[in-house]
Amino acid sequence: MVIKPAAVRSGRGDEEGNVVDQEKKTLGYYPGCELRTRAQALDISARKACESLGITLQELKDWTCCGGLVAQVKDNYMALLAPARVLLQAHTQGFNELATLCAFCFNTLRRASFFLERHPEARRKLATFLEVEMLPQVRVLHLLEVLRDRVGFDRIRAAVRRPLQGLRVAPYYGCLLLRPAQEISLDDPEEPTLMEGLLKALGCDVVDFRSRTDCCGSYHIVTNQGVAAQCAQVILHSAVDAKADFLVASCPVCQFNLDWSQAGHGNTGVPVVYFPQLLALALGEPAETLGFDERGAAMLREGS
Amino acid sequence: MFQEEKITASKEAHAPLGETARIYIMGKSHDVPQGLTILKAMEYAGYRLVRGVGCRGGFCGACATVYRKAGDFRLQVGLACQTGIEDGMYLAQIPFYPAPKPLYDIRELTPSAETLFRFFPELARCIQCNTCAKVCPQGLDVMRYIAAAQQGDLRKVAELSFDCLSCGLCVSRCPAEVAHYHVGMLARRLCGAHLVPKAAHLRTRLQEIREGGFEEELDKYCSMDKQTLQGLYAQRVIEPEE
Repeated sequence: MVIKPAAVRSGRGDEEGNVVDQEKKTLGYYPGCELRTRAQALDISARKACESLGITLQELKDWTCCGGLVAQVKDNYMALLAPARVLLQAHTQGFNELATLCAFCFNTLRRASFFLERHPEARRKLATFLEVEMLPQVRVLHLLEVLRDRVGFDRIRAAVRRPLQGLRVAPYYGCLLLRPAQEISLDDPEEPTLMEGLLKALGCDVVDFRSRTDCCGSYHIVTNQGVAAQCAQVILHSAVDAKADFLVASCPVCQFNLDWSQAGHGNTGVPVVYFPQLLALALGEPAETLGFDERGAAMLREGS
Repeated sequence: MFQEEKITASKEAHAPLGETARIYIMGKSHDVPQGLTILKAMEYAGYRLVRGVGCRGGFCGACATVYRKAGDFRLQVGLACQTGIEDGMYLAQIPFYPAPKPLYDIRELTPSAETLFRFFPELARCIQCNTCAKVCPQGLDVMRYIAAAQQGDLRKVAELSFDCLSCGLCVSRCPAEVAHYHVGMLARRLCGAHLVPKAAHLRTRLQEIREGGFEEELDKYCSMDKQTLQGLYAQRVIEPEE
């Protein structure tokens, strides 16, 4: 086959004019390191072809490596070190299950455990860094889950010595207890029943509460306080609309955001409490030992 | 920091040499006798150390060194007075590693996690990698005391960081850029000022000092000539070690 010199068309772009427009026939060009060393043919031929097409490849000045493989790696395990270390601590102290309370910790540890279970290579690398033979499998539990699955709400109901009759409570889950659903698999991410079940067993009136799985604003409170305040106010007003006496949370970040918002962006008067405070109260512990804030303590006095 | 000053006389005093090792001090090669510490090797090579040297006994933390051994890409650290040289070693001194040193009136601070975070917000960036503990020439569990700081357990920080020399090697390697040794220092001060019981004997002694109880004795020593003082020093009674 003989390759004849092609009739050189004037340098036009495609029909949309994306590649080369009529006005602008010069492209900024990034060759990359290989084209300087082993793949010079790629560079030279492209330049010649483009020249024929009326396109000028104008090489960037002082260009640097694109990052190659490093930019694509998925095995950056540094962020997993902290949770992996905690799982290791549990194992070396003789536990293959670990109960948590803070929704943030629960989420972090449970997801790390989920990931490590499915990624032996990550496990191996972290084990090397942590200077252990093997990274153990540790199941991360939330206390709510222990109460539901190990103790059972019926047994809790039977153990209640001071039923919280007439106490209207709004169970607030937020994000981290439930999502991402596949990794957390604690309850239905949209229609959870876990806290409702517990609070009912304590004798509470659980109110229908539309914001129960909304986000509290989380760490937006650091950089974007307006967002955090708005999130918190929506949740609080939703509890007010449901005529709740208490908003019940499991996460210190949610609790902080909600009370911070009440202090500076509209006080709804709804006390925010943690679920174990009500649990311990119903089981007969004196209220004054359970760390209720002033608002919560006042509400309990009113109620009783 | 340190000056390079050829002291030929001292080199002659070391002869005969015996086995030597080739080390590279700040990139420059030197043949020095085997078995020296980094500190001694630097002095043998002619460096007069002004900063980056202190007690020479592994206590003061002034002589932090970074080095690489032949055939190992990893950067290693140690105290120059405690680390032996090896053939093919590249090394340099780090007399000081920059870390922000906050000013505070310890009496006005509350002993809490909030106080530590106020002065050292980067504490929240710790990823528990343990690099700080791995480089600590004192073998302290640095990561554990940073964890204790995050938890507001100041007594634990004070206890775990007690033997810190402030050499700064932890700071030099921390990916979160935490200033560990300043955190430990603040926690120990908070602990001393607010948490531990006040020592009654210290209060009594301070009172005695304030009332001038030791003036006469001090005046006596101040007026002595050097020879008499040296004589007294040589005769001093040292408490036996337990």
